[in-house]
Amino acid sequence: MDWDWAFVWQILPTLLQGAQITVVATLLGFVLAAVAGLLLAVLRRSPNKLIARPANGFVEFVRGTPLLVQLYFLFYILPGLGLTLPPLAAGVIGLGLHYATYTAEVYRAGIENVPRGQWEAAKACNLTIPQTWLHVIFPQAIFPMIPALANYLIAMFKETPLLSAITVLELMNQARSIANYNYRYLEPITLVGVFFLVISLISVIGIKYLERRFGAGAGRGQALS
Amino acid sequence: MDMWLGYLTLILQGAWITIQLTVYGCVFALVVAIVAGLGRISRFAAVRWLSVAYVEFFRGTSIFVQLFWAYYVLPLGGLTLTPMQAGVLALGLNVGAYGAEVVRSAIQSVDAGQREAGIALNLTRYQRMRYVIFPQAFAVMLPTFGNNAIELLKGTAIVSLISLSDMTFQAQVVRAQTGNTAIPFLTILVLYFAMSSVISFGVRRLEKRVGRGLEGVRS
Repeated sequence: MDWDWAFVWQILPTLLQGAQITVVATLLGFVLAAVAGLLLAVLRRSPNKLIARPANGFVEFVRGTPLLVQLYFLFYILPGLGLTLPPLAAGVIGLGLHYATYTAEVYRAGIENVPRGQWEAAKACNLTIPQTWLHVIFPQAIFPMIPALANYLIAMFKETPLLSAITVLELMNQARSIANYNYRYLEPITLVGVFFLVISLISVIGIKYLERRFGAGAGRGQALS
Repeated sequence: MDMWLGYLTLILQGAWITIQLTVYGCVFALVVAIVAGLGRISRFAAVRWLSVAYVEFFRGTSIFVQLFWAYYVLPLGGLTLTPMQAGVLALGLNVGAYGAEVVRSAIQSVDAGQREAGIALNLTRYQRMRYVIFPQAFAVMLPTFGNNAIELLKGTAIVSLISLSDMTFQAQVVRAQTGNTAIPFLTILVLYFAMSSVISFGVRRLEKRVGRGLEGVRS
């Protein structure tokens, strides 16, 4: 087991290309997770049981099954239904929907943390339901959620190697094809590990900052001033 | 009909592998989590640093990369693992790192008065942890451990990529042989969901048992 620096420099450009796809998939997936999660959270709160129950069932089911299988499902089944997606799109949708069920939990907690009086005040002011959500509840709920959402962003980032199973050419897939081609596993796979480790360690510092800035109690009540 | 029965058997064989992986992985992760979690709050700085390094390393890199590393890179160092061993090792170490943080925070959440009472009763350090603090902390850990166990179950699907014939792998085999995608994948999705429901049900039962008698202790 000897580490070969010349080989490292040779494969680095290819790995960086893969890293770009990894970052793009993470960011697009996160946007989807943030939006779909919000939708799920609102649907789950619906007083109409016909809406709340299926939303709950969906969340429970998606959280209880592996992302990898969900990705296969999207990737192989959708073309049969006449919707052929490029691998990256299928991957982003799978990743985004999977984590939407997690962000939905974050939103739920955030929404429940808004004091009841705010709802009552909105009603007393004769605001409609969309107005209540948009102008009263969300602005107060969103800031305390930021650290938890950032945590899931990092979790998603670490799950992106799974996309290689549905032929997305992200970092892990590039590393595997380099490894198989040259029959050297040590450098490519270790470099991928180092890449993830470095980004994660940096983001741990970032999250600590976000927690101080937006976390429980910090600046509450001043957010709107 | 016979044909489908054959394929179902194949998937159920895979399910058995998945269950084994989950059980071994959970046991290993639990041991690692407790050792590393106690290490995080050790008196000895060296032990603390070692535990922090372990936790940050395994939480910071993805399970997928760790599994590939265990399966493809460790043999270069002379340690060849079967796919099953590599799977249990990677899953256990990965989930154990998350569990270690749970153990640490649960132990730190036990009221300081409990420790002081232990000292007043002249219990040794070990006795205090074993009979006073840990049992109370364990009740706090359980719900999160349940979630971690489900994450581990979901993680086992990745092992199919290093050619261990778990449920996901078998579904792929069925797909390749029949050309039908929906049926095998829907079947295993339902089976995975059933397994995770069993875990969350079991943990909830366990919570009730462990929590018995602690109602008055925690505020």
